Amino acid sequence: MSLLHWIILIPFLAAFFIPLLGRMFPRIHTGWFVLFIPLALVMVTWISYSSLMADGETILSIVPWVPMLDINFSVYLDGLSFLFTLLITGIGALVVLYSIYYLDKKKERLQDFYVYLLMFIGAMLGVVLTDNVIVLYVFWELTSLASTLLIGFWFIRDKSIFGAQKSMLITVFGGFAMLGGFMLLYIMTGTFSIREMIGDVDVIMNHPMFLPAMILVLLGAFTKSVQFPFHIWLPDAMEAPTPVSAYLHSATMVKAGIYLVARMTPIFGGSSEWFWIILITGLFTLFWGAISALRQKDLKGVLAFSTISQLGLIMALLGAGSAALYAQDPDLEVMYAGAIVTAMFHLINHSTFKGSLFMVVGIVDHETGTRNLQKLGGLMAVMPVTFTVSAVGLAAMAGIPPFNGFISKEMFFANMVELMELPFFGMGDWAIIIPIVAWTASVITFIYCAFMFYKTFMGKYDRQNYWVDVHEASPGLLLSPILLGILVIVLGLFPNILTQTLIHPSVTSILTGVSVELEPYNLTLWHGFEIELFMSIGVVAVGVIAFLYHRKWTRWEIYNKERDVMNLFYDQGIDKLQDGSAAITRVQMTGRLRDYFMYMLVFIVALLAVTMWRSGQFQALPEGLATTMDTPLYMYGVMLILVGSAAVLPFIQSRITFIISIGVLGLMVSLFFTIFSAPDLALTQLLVETVLLIVLMLAFRHLPEMTKEPKSRSYTTVNVLIAASVGALVTMVSISAYALRLDLDFTAISDFFIENAVPLGGGYNIVNVTLVDFRGFDTVLEALVLGIVALAVIMLIKHRFKGGEDI
Amino acid sequence: MRYSRSHDVMQRVLLITTSYFVLAYSLYFLFAGHNNPGGGFIGGLTTACALAFIYLVFDRDTANEYIRFTFPALISIGLVLSLGTGAIGFFANDNYLTQYFDYFEIPFFGEVELTTALPFDLGIYFVVVGAAMVIMLTIADDEKEENEN
Repeated sequence: MSLLHWIILIPFLAAFFIPLLGRMFPRIHTGWFVLFIPLALVMVTWISYSSLMADGETILSIVPWVPMLDINFSVYLDGLSFLFTLLITGIGALVVLYSIYYLDKKKERLQDFYVYLLMFIGAMLGVVLTDNVIVLYVFWELTSLASTLLIGFWFIRDKSIFGAQKSMLITVFGGFAMLGGFMLLYIMTGTFSIREMIGDVDVIMNHPMFLPAMILVLLGAFTKSVQFPFHIWLPDAMEAPTPVSAYLHSATMVKAGIYLVARMTPIFGGSSEWFWIILITGLFTLFWGAISALRQKDLKGVLAFSTISQLGLIMALLGAGSAALYAQDPDLEVMYAGAIVTAMFHLINHSTFKGSLFMVVGIVDHETGTRNLQKLGGLMAVMPVTFTVSAVGLAAMAGIPPFNGFISKEMFFANMVELMELPFFGMGDWAIIIPIVAWTASVITFIYCAFMFYKTFMGKYDRQNYWVDVHEASPGLLLSPILLGILVIVLGLFPNILTQTLIHPSVTSILTGVSVELEPYNLTLWHGFEIELFMSIGVVAVGVIAFLYHRKWTRWEIYNKERDVMNLFYDQGIDKLQDGSAAITRVQMTGRLRDYFMYMLVFIVALLAVTMWRSGQFQALPEGLATTMDTPLYMYGVMLILVGSAAVLPFIQSRITFIISIGVLGLMVSLFFTIFSAPDLALTQLLVETVLLIVLMLAFRHLPEMTKEPKSRSYTTVNVLIAASVGALVTMVSISAYALRLDLDFTAISDFFIENAVPLGGGYNIVNVTLVDFRGFDTVLEALVLGIVALAVIMLIKHRFKGGEDI
Repeated sequence: MRYSRSHDVMQRVLLITTSYFVLAYSLYFLFAGHNNPGGGFIGGLTTACALAFIYLVFDRDTANEYIRFTFPALISIGLVLSLGTGAIGFFANDNYLTQYFDYFEIPFFGEVELTTALPFDLGIYFVVVGAAMVIMLTIADDEKEENEN
């Protein structure tokens, strides 16, 4: 266990103790205890590892978990993980601070909230810090679970439940696909370790399963990072409390997909499929998100779609940057590595400005009681601090200097323009469309930022529009967005402060395969009169003009369609799924015991028959029968009673006689066990018979009179057929098993038990030693089943509906 | 359960006497299980039979006065005991559910074998007794409720 392991585990451990602390000190807001954890983690991480990361070193520590299956709790820290760790813990601390003032101590279930949040922090740290893909998968699904619980935090609202279910279904679907991808990678390389997979990259590249594995892994990344067409869950996730939206659904969890793509770039990158799929999906998401954001009337809706759009931008950059792994030319490698630099820089920038914007929107919602753009207006005079922070965040998002968003947007333009010169991957003259799409999306981004700014803060403040008396938020609520806003400005003015420790190490850990030594990239606010500058000027110019004429085009019908059309597929799919499963259930669950027995028996017969036939055992039956000829005479007598008591069963009219006949059957079986010297089995059989008799007697009075209903001929025939075939097959299986044991020189597994019962188990009763020692796990689980059965009986009998209840 | 309401003295005496023997046997089965026929499962079923006798002789309320177990809780206790005994292996750096045994010299009894399999089997015993009794009593109580309605 290294420090890194503890960094992952501490949030989980804290999740156990936070509810207790909350109980013990009911007068203190639970958030204050929680705040300590991300704060401590971010400090510890920075102090312990920042200098190591700047030197380009990596740390690996392995704790075996299931070593037999190559599943180890291995943690690996390189530049990329370091960047994400700081992002998760740093933003986490700010969000917890914000939530202390956002969530009311008396009204909300704070313990639940912080347990979910801590679970998320731990799981997310696990995702970015582990080197083992199975461990990564487990933590990945845990983040989905935490996200679902947090979206459904206000579970009384139907919309919360809907959003939570939607996000769960989509992200877990993706996670499952990703697991499939990891399995394929394991089949190719024989390891679950990402570093070892990177070492085997030649094998993966030339494997026929390369493309399926890649697509499955990308499905996981795209569902999590809300890429088109899986983005539809994010707008519905906005039902979560705003601190959660700021943290999970903008700054961290939705970036897990970005992390995965970055982490997998050394494995899959350098192929044209990877390049094109990610680039096109990213660009399309960027564009789609932007035009959808423009149409939203809810402030959080705008931010949700703008998050989708910005994540598309980062994704497209990662796709573009993967070209560096293919290019063998040092100049091209350095040029396309620039896209990865932009991606990492924008990742940080987006977390700062979008985090602050979400928090500010939360404040507006908190203070005014509405997030509707058509109702808001004129808040500039009432909430000056909120206004200033929003202005900074929106300017950064729109790409206006001197904020950090401007720098990354310029770099993005430059990267997209450079893509046109790509000499491979079938890039042609039509590639001019790439910078055009990027530029158009930026113009739309500019317009919706302007909308948010104008509609919320400009105009006249009308007291009538609000339910409550609007005033500036408390300083505690404002602190976190102000800190993020300051970061936005600092990163805009001095973009190079993070290059050495964060951006350059993460870029080198993504592009491990390039041939040249990458130099730290120099980020500057002023690029000189390059093409990207003119593109930025164009964005502002066109954006301003479009905004001035917005009264014209906001009347178009398409502008007023708020809900994303892609939701149609989800809604229809869910409906069809429910109908379909209901139909299947109706066909299969008839409620008649006879049908259920028929399913089981027919299946057993089919399975046995196929197995016997395939291994040629039917032909060997006569031989087997011959070996059973030396049965002693008294066995025939016992058998006769057994068969006789079974044969009379169908003809018995009275239940008492029926039960007695079955009892005789059981006693005969127990006699068989005794004859074959298995006293334990015989005892058990006897006891089971006794208890069964008591239970049957008890249930006796509930049963209706046994009336012989006239059954149709086909009904009886089917019953007889199934019963006969089961009997015949089981007999054949036993004969052939007996014959096989004599014929072939099989060593029975019982030999092991006979030899080892005393030396290894310390007991002379082999059956018991087997139960408690050699097969202890089976026994424990069987006991568990027994317990569940008992609970089921209680449920079925004591809690059944007696009619008239309100369901 | 169809509690006997008749005051059949012979039946009563016979069943009570029998249940003593059955109970004693069930404990023997449990402890002898490691070396002779028996074990937690068999012992548990035997105990359940003995308890069922008592419930058959007296009515439920009287029996409950003497047998003060919450049987569903017995199931959980048994499961915790079995699963917990299995966890001993963790502390000794072995696999889960590794059982240990050794021979000890105890005054009066002489050499005695002590195993971790015994608490494990005891857990199974509790689960079996609990489950069997829960099933029987639940079905029996159901009938009573129906009669009351």
